[in-house]
Amino acid sequence: MSLLIEQALNGVQLGFMLFLLAAGLTLIFGIMGVINLAHGSLYMIGAFAMAWVANVTGSFLIAALAGLLTAGAIGMLMEYFIIRKLYTRDHLDQVLATFGLILFFNQLTVLLFGRQPLFVQIPGFLEGSILLFGDVRYPVYRIAIIAAGLLTAIGLYLLIARTRLGMLIRAGAANRDMVRALGVDIRLLYTVLFGLGAMLAGLAGVMAGPILSVQVGMGEQVLILTFVVVVIGGVGSVRGAFVGAMIVGVVDTMLRAFLPQAFRQLMAGPDADALAAGFSAMGVYMLMAFVLLVKPKGLLPAHG
Amino acid sequence: MADLKTTVAPASAGRTYAIIAIVLALLAALPFIADAIGQPALTSLATRISILAIGAASLNLALGYCGLVSFGHAAWYGVGAYVVGIMYRHSVSGDPFLGFSIGSDQLLVTLPLAILISGLFALVLGALSLRTSGVQFIMITLAFAQMLFFFFVALKAYGGDDGLIVRRRNVLPFIDTRDGPTFYWVCLFFAVAWFALMSRIVTSRFGRVLEGIRQSERRMAAIGVSTYPYKLACFVISGMGAGLAGALMANHARFVSPDMLHWTQSGEFMIMVILGGAGTLFGAAAGAVVLIGLETQLAALTEHWQVILGPLLVLMIIFTRGGLSGLVRLLRGGRNE
Repeated sequence: MSLLIEQALNGVQLGFMLFLLAAGLTLIFGIMGVINLAHGSLYMIGAFAMAWVANVTGSFLIAALAGLLTAGAIGMLMEYFIIRKLYTRDHLDQVLATFGLILFFNQLTVLLFGRQPLFVQIPGFLEGSILLFGDVRYPVYRIAIIAAGLLTAIGLYLLIARTRLGMLIRAGAANRDMVRALGVDIRLLYTVLFGLGAMLAGLAGVMAGPILSVQVGMGEQVLILTFVVVVIGGVGSVRGAFVGAMIVGVVDTMLRAFLPQAFRQLMAGPDADALAAGFSAMGVYMLMAFVLLVKPKGLLPAHG
Repeated sequence: MADLKTTVAPASAGRTYAIIAIVLALLAALPFIADAIGQPALTSLATRISILAIGAASLNLALGYCGLVSFGHAAWYGVGAYVVGIMYRHSVSGDPFLGFSIGSDQLLVTLPLAILISGLFALVLGALSLRTSGVQFIMITLAFAQMLFFFFVALKAYGGDDGLIVRRRNVLPFIDTRDGPTFYWVCLFFAVAWFALMSRIVTSRFGRVLEGIRQSERRMAAIGVSTYPYKLACFVISGMGAGLAGALMANHARFVSPDMLHWTQSGEFMIMVILGGAGTLFGAAAGAVVLIGLETQLAALTEHWQVILGPLLVLMIIFTRGGLSGLVRLLRGGRNE
């Protein structure tokens, strides 16, 4: 029972990380109409900047800040020099140009840091685990991830629903020409928004740093999972991204945790492990196929 | 662009055939030329290019002619390769598969089966993916390809992560496929056959409907064409071509691994199509030549060639639009659109 709760929490924690990525991706798509494959690269950049600064300064907080700012800054530069030229293009051009960016960022990271994964210590004040209830212990760091994700989700909601910037974002999504005609500097708005999405991706990278190995290629693994989240939730919808992220996070974690045991009842150990690993990796994609069969536009589509 | 192709006047049609004949003769003579200039490795490179050109041309049918931006083309390519790899493994070990004896190292058996099975995969996953369109379609094809990638990684019985070695190429009656130049000619034959088939398809009524769907699916629906079956048929044919390419590549490299289904491979196919000009028949071949040529050159220059290739790609997309033909126009001082 305690294992079940622990794994469910792990699923929620993965869900929050996926949400941070999916929210940025889906906002950028919903408002600017750009599909950005290099979103995963921003996640990787956040993680690497954080890992590097953490190893140099030894301070987790400075490192986290550095990760966020680096991802945000590179995101804004990317928007200013490249993405801006792609708004009027079709999705194919956007996919290929941002694919080129992935090749560049991945190889540049290999040049700078090599292929060996970097490791980051969990900061002292978040070490250890606490007793939740009964005999369920859970690592403090993972609880911190869940809390940070929750706070960011609430903050994002307030930003979009309650502030002037959020109003402009919503207006821009509904009718970008009208917003421009009313005298809003829509180019600046887009740059800011892209930077915000990049910072969300960077935040996910920063949080992943101490629990995953920081290495080249980490961006694409999570990017494709983020696509699954966005398709399940409905493209362009932040609420959909949240629901999709939680479903994918929990289902993926549960399958990985419990499928091997289930298979081991049926066959020999190593075979069962290999087969279960394959099926659990495929699980969320099958879930996506099922959602598509029932609701082709996703669970909570943005428009209708 | 594509419209010009189909309205060639009879006089210039003769010239087109003459050019095609000359290019084919040069391609056929390539192994001799390679030997003469002391670059025998060129034959192997040309084999790879002609195989990848088949894959790119089949993606071009879906992407260039029908407007289906599939980001999962490598999946069908990999499935075709695994059919060859798995059948070879069984032909060596003699083990039955689910009670059937499926082993074979006959190219005339493995190739049609690879095409068929890739087509089946494309049929099932395409039927699901085509329920969506636009950006969802891009994401879904990518995700399904990734699903198959994980499937083969987990397939420990057939090598899993490490892949499968095909110790000897599949055999053909009367033809020695182990000989490099001979295998190049075999691949060239299949490439020419595939391009001939593509040219038949895009000028047929079916091809015109695909073209119409790309330009405006809504209008095609309005004039009474039920578009879904056309798109699905197009997607399946495209998958079958990729399966053929994969099966040939498994023979050429004598190795099959999940890397062949990796999403970067799908990206490369897309780049080939766009480089050569989407929706033009020979564009896919030109794109394959340029991309593989560029990769080979850059790789000789530095190990980190992707640092150069990535920005090149970005610049090309931003400034040339129509791939190489756009670049030529740009260099001549003309403007795009």
